[in-house]
Amino acid sequence: MLEARNLECERGGRRLFSAVSFSLGPGEALRIAGANGSGKTSLLRILCGLLPPSGGEVRWQASPINALQEDYARQLVYLGHAAALKDELSAAENLRIACRIAGAAAPEASVRQALARFGLDGGQAAVKRLSQGQRRRAALARLALSQAVPLWLLDEPLSALDPQGVELLKAMLLEHLERGGVLAYATHQDAGIPAARVVELHA
Amino acid sequence: MLDAALCIVYRDLLLALRRRGDVATALLFFVIVASLFPLGIGAEPNLLRAIAPGVIWVAALLSTLLSLGRLFAADHADGTLEQMLLGAAPLGVVAAAKGLAHWLVSGLPLVVIAPVLAVQYDLPESLYGVLALSLLLGTPVLSMIGAIGAALTLGIRGGGVLLSLLVLPLFVPVLIMGAGSVEMAAAGLEPDAQLLILGALAVFSAAFAPWAIAAALRISLE
Amino acid sequence: MTTAVRWFWFASPHTFFPLAGRIARWCAAGAALLALAGLYVGFGVAPTDAQQGEVYRIIFIHVPAAWMSMFLYLVMAFWAALGLAFNTRLSGMMAQALAPTGALFTFIALWTGALWGKPTWGTYWVWDARLTSELILLFLYFGFMALHASIDDPRRADRAAAVLALVGAVNVPIIYYSVQWWNTLHQGASVSFTKAPSMAAAMFAGMMLMAAAFWLYSIAVAMVRVRCMILERQ
Repeated sequence: MLEARNLECERGGRRLFSAVSFSLGPGEALRIAGANGSGKTSLLRILCGLLPPSGGEVRWQASPINALQEDYARQLVYLGHAAALKDELSAAENLRIACRIAGAAAPEASVRQALARFGLDGGQAAVKRLSQGQRRRAALARLALSQAVPLWLLDEPLSALDPQGVELLKAMLLEHLERGGVLAYATHQDAGIPAARVVELHA
Repeated sequence: MLDAALCIVYRDLLLALRRRGDVATALLFFVIVASLFPLGIGAEPNLLRAIAPGVIWVAALLSTLLSLGRLFAADHADGTLEQMLLGAAPLGVVAAAKGLAHWLVSGLPLVVIAPVLAVQYDLPESLYGVLALSLLLGTPVLSMIGAIGAALTLGIRGGGVLLSLLVLPLFVPVLIMGAGSVEMAAAGLEPDAQLLILGALAVFSAAFAPWAIAAALRISLE
Repeated sequence: MTTAVRWFWFASPHTFFPLAGRIARWCAAGAALLALAGLYVGFGVAPTDAQQGEVYRIIFIHVPAAWMSMFLYLVMAFWAALGLAFNTRLSGMMAQALAPTGALFTFIALWTGALWGKPTWGTYWVWDARLTSELILLFLYFGFMALHASIDDPRRADRAAAVLALVGAVNVPIIYYSVQWWNTLHQGASVSFTKAPSMAAAMFAGMMLMAAAFWLYSIAVAMVRVRCMILERQ
């Protein structure tokens, strides 16, 4: 479903990686590994379509993502390094708005359920009052509302999570794979998620 | 798509409400700048009446510039801008929504405050209508053109000052037509032509600026 | 189809480098010759003006410089548009190479305008419509160069500056006409350079020669700059 052919990335005059190719079918996960600065985030952003590669192409369902544009964006959810949360809004407000901007319905009950699944009470506290770990959970709660979205792209999803949070996330990811979804995640720690492919980036 | 765009406007208004201080600061700046001129030039009533339209318009320009710096910066820093790029609405529509929200928060209040400043300059009451109307038509253009500059200078160190350099020359036509319309009315002539031109600029910028803003955002987010 | 392929062959900085050198040499020579001819016609051949005496001769530099400043901005915007559409690095470099020259001509137009103003109208600066438009054009050039200089990544810098150049190009006519109108509103005692002395044939020839000379000069300088950029980005 997701195919990368000969991807090459150049940033700030430096070539980060080249000749990266892989293919993912339904229910398969890709782990992007590598040291800091090796280009894991850049590779994920290329897969999202946010960053054009300096060589090669990405294909979704055999069509190049350049041609698909919004149709492709609608079929993926991307959780980047930054939590994509507004500090002044509560976790529930953030989640509801994030879903609406992505074009998905977000009824009140589902939002509360999603937050509860990640151990957040959906209270009115502004996100800036939450700890780092709670923020990461609030950001990840989006995944609970993205069950219909086939492609999940996650950048360092485990950072700032305590062991309980890691287990919650793993369960969520395994469910996604069982539903036939595709997952690509970047991490420099081993998450224990069965990855059909591993791409190792060298600086 | 429309729902996503309206959600962005709603979100920005909500954030402005929760961060009232920032918004109020830019509006206070508007008042302070306009109050500085008599202190620098002298309070001779005829002189003040003559320079009032120009001064109020320049103050509006500068106040808009101040608030433009915040337009995309916060969203860029916390990652929400990327999510908007990947969202259901095309980036041009997102840009238009952000511009609209910016105008509602930073431009529309200027229209309301301007007559108060006009009192300071002893501008005849008959001119308040033209002044407010010229600002009502002109401030959306400022928001749209300014948003292009804000998108281009996203994440650049020293971006605020650079934004001013980029955007002020492009503001000149709006300034000329806006202040000019009030001056025409002050001279007893019909300001219709200038107001129509401002209206045309508003429509033109609302139609075309979002695409330039979207192109600039894509370039800045690479 | 083959012409398209040949154009894109030259779009590679590597193949463009020697071509740019040849163009630069020929244009520099041409510019020098035309400038000599133009200055001879302007200062030697053209008759003395009835109203303004010898001072008016500065228009042989002022007017062609003003033409070039506007023309170069459009050319710059053209290269910017090409760069955005086809994603070729060379287009971005061409736009960057033209900007300083365009700014230079704008500055020359302003400066010669001031020099003309002092003996003729008594002040160095009058808020004449054309001079004011030139001043705003100078700010647009500076903005373009400043934006490019502030961005570290050369590709992003080229593309961001290209968007700015295009937005500026669309605005230039709007700015020009609004400044024209503003000038008529505040006319009062101010005078206008747009009322140029009625053209004798020799005067017109002189201005055309200088304009051509400036044009070839711009091409030569732009080529040299592009060669430097190609070497730098190697």
